[in-house]
Amino acid sequence: MTTTTSKPATRPAVPTRRVGPVALGLRQGRLEITQFLRSRESVVFTMGFPVIMILIFAAIFNDEIAPGVSYTQYFITGMIATGLMTVSFQNLGIWIPIERDRGVLKRYRGTPMPKWVYFAGKVIMVVAIGVAETLLLLAVSVAFFDLDLPSTAGRWLTFGWVAVLGVTACTLCGIAISSLARTARSGSAVVTPVALVLQFISGVFFVFTELPTWMQQVAALFPLKWMCQGLRAVFLPDSFGAQEAGGSFELGRVAVVLAAWCVIGLVLCLTTFRWTTRRDG
Amino acid sequence: MDDELAISVRGLRKAYGDNVAVAGVDLDVRRGEVFALLGPNGAGKTTTVEILEGYRRRDAGEVRVLGSDPAAPAPDWRSRVGIVLQGTGEFDELTVAEVVRHFAGFYPDADDPEKVIERVGLGDKRRARTHSLSGGQKRRLDVALGIIGRPELLFLDEPTTGFDPEARRDFWELIRDLAAAGTTILLTTHYLDEAEALADRVGVIAGGQVVEVAAPDQLGNRQAALATVSWRTPEGALESAQSATPTALVAELAARFGGEVPGLTVTRPTLEDVYLTMIGHR
Repeated sequence: MTTTTSKPATRPAVPTRRVGPVALGLRQGRLEITQFLRSRESVVFTMGFPVIMILIFAAIFNDEIAPGVSYTQYFITGMIATGLMTVSFQNLGIWIPIERDRGVLKRYRGTPMPKWVYFAGKVIMVVAIGVAETLLLLAVSVAFFDLDLPSTAGRWLTFGWVAVLGVTACTLCGIAISSLARTARSGSAVVTPVALVLQFISGVFFVFTELPTWMQQVAALFPLKWMCQGLRAVFLPDSFGAQEAGGSFELGRVAVVLAAWCVIGLVLCLTTFRWTTRRDG
Repeated sequence: MDDELAISVRGLRKAYGDNVAVAGVDLDVRRGEVFALLGPNGAGKTTTVEILEGYRRRDAGEVRVLGSDPAAPAPDWRSRVGIVLQGTGEFDELTVAEVVRHFAGFYPDADDPEKVIERVGLGDKRRARTHSLSGGQKRRLDVALGIIGRPELLFLDEPTTGFDPEARRDFWELIRDLAAAGTTILLTTHYLDEAEALADRVGVIAGGQVVEVAAPDQLGNRQAALATVSWRTPEGALESAQSATPTALVAELAARFGGEVPGLTVTRPTLEDVYLTMIGHR
């Protein structure tokens, strides 16, 4: 110790200009949304894909699948589920490897930004785009295909929790699968077949109960089938539940499977996420 | 811990499988100095720097960067260190101002984004989407992101690779500005003239070890080396002589020619000559 008297603490203990955690997350979300909206391809393909698909399906099938239930009504539920999976699982599974390859993640890591902020930004983007895209799909379906919106508060509630759980599971799985891609270009090669196969076996393009039993059993292991089923409980008459594979919409099981995938996805994210490319070591 | 040192490294080792990239590096960088780590590709420059930046784990050795171990840094350490990465178009759809402002939000005491954009010479590009920038301009944006948090220590990894000569000169000016403002700079490069133009001291790294550290003009004992004086004879033939006292020889030649000596040059071994000897290419 020198002879100088104790130094007064001239620097404030808390830096004055630091952005708080909530604001950090929101700023990151805004940045992600801006980037998404400015990239025209992602807007057209992510937002437009389910709408285009429903237009095609409605043009091909105009029968009824059950009394009072048109094919269109059935497929709209699948398209909502697919749309939610597209903005979360596919979007992140394809985009994060590109960001990793370009060094975006490395650049963030070189700043004092807490790691969670990156994921918070992605989640905010997924939720915002998912809501916008679902609203667009509903508006088109109501306007052109006489879709009946949910009539009771209970159904809207079911819509809410199925969508939230489904998007959460798909977001976490999208982040997790992004670590499988070795390069920017392989992201879509990894994710697209997975998504496409799931769509075919989960009752998006076909009526689920018309699929071979083994295929239904495989689909039941993954979230998309349960998202579709949960949404059918929202948009189809209660009586249609009897035609489901399990004899009802099985909302309890929907919740359990989707929640399980949230946990699996989270564990995979925490254990396997890579901030650098493999060649970076 | 010596407060005069921004970086202190002892016995740093890193291997990738059987390939030893860094084989016992010792290095001291003083506060306020511009230090160039010079070496051929594969010499271990980038690995060393990435360990100092906290991007990679080391196998062995002592490392202190601003008083912290980069593998387990103090909470505010990241905000005191600036890293200039080689960007490859990460934020294509955003404007220069948007990106710089966004990164400013990560730091406790960030500089004014507008000021930083001016300072790196992107003032008239602030509204431009980053994908429309030239290579040199993108590099300037990288620097802006490296200095936005007012770092005490700035890492620059091969900052001018791929620049045209004019862009390099401009970039060097920018680095000199930062150094003059008191920022400690660790620069890696394989351009000798860059090390010579910017650095207070140069560390030559080869085969994963630092083989010499010296001021650029003293590297390899360059000062003491004989100078080569060459000139043309009145018949037009090129003549040259090695001399420890080149000034005297030039004076003698001037007297002999009665004024201007045709084709006169006085050279010492260039940094390149010295460097190539050091890294074992001669």
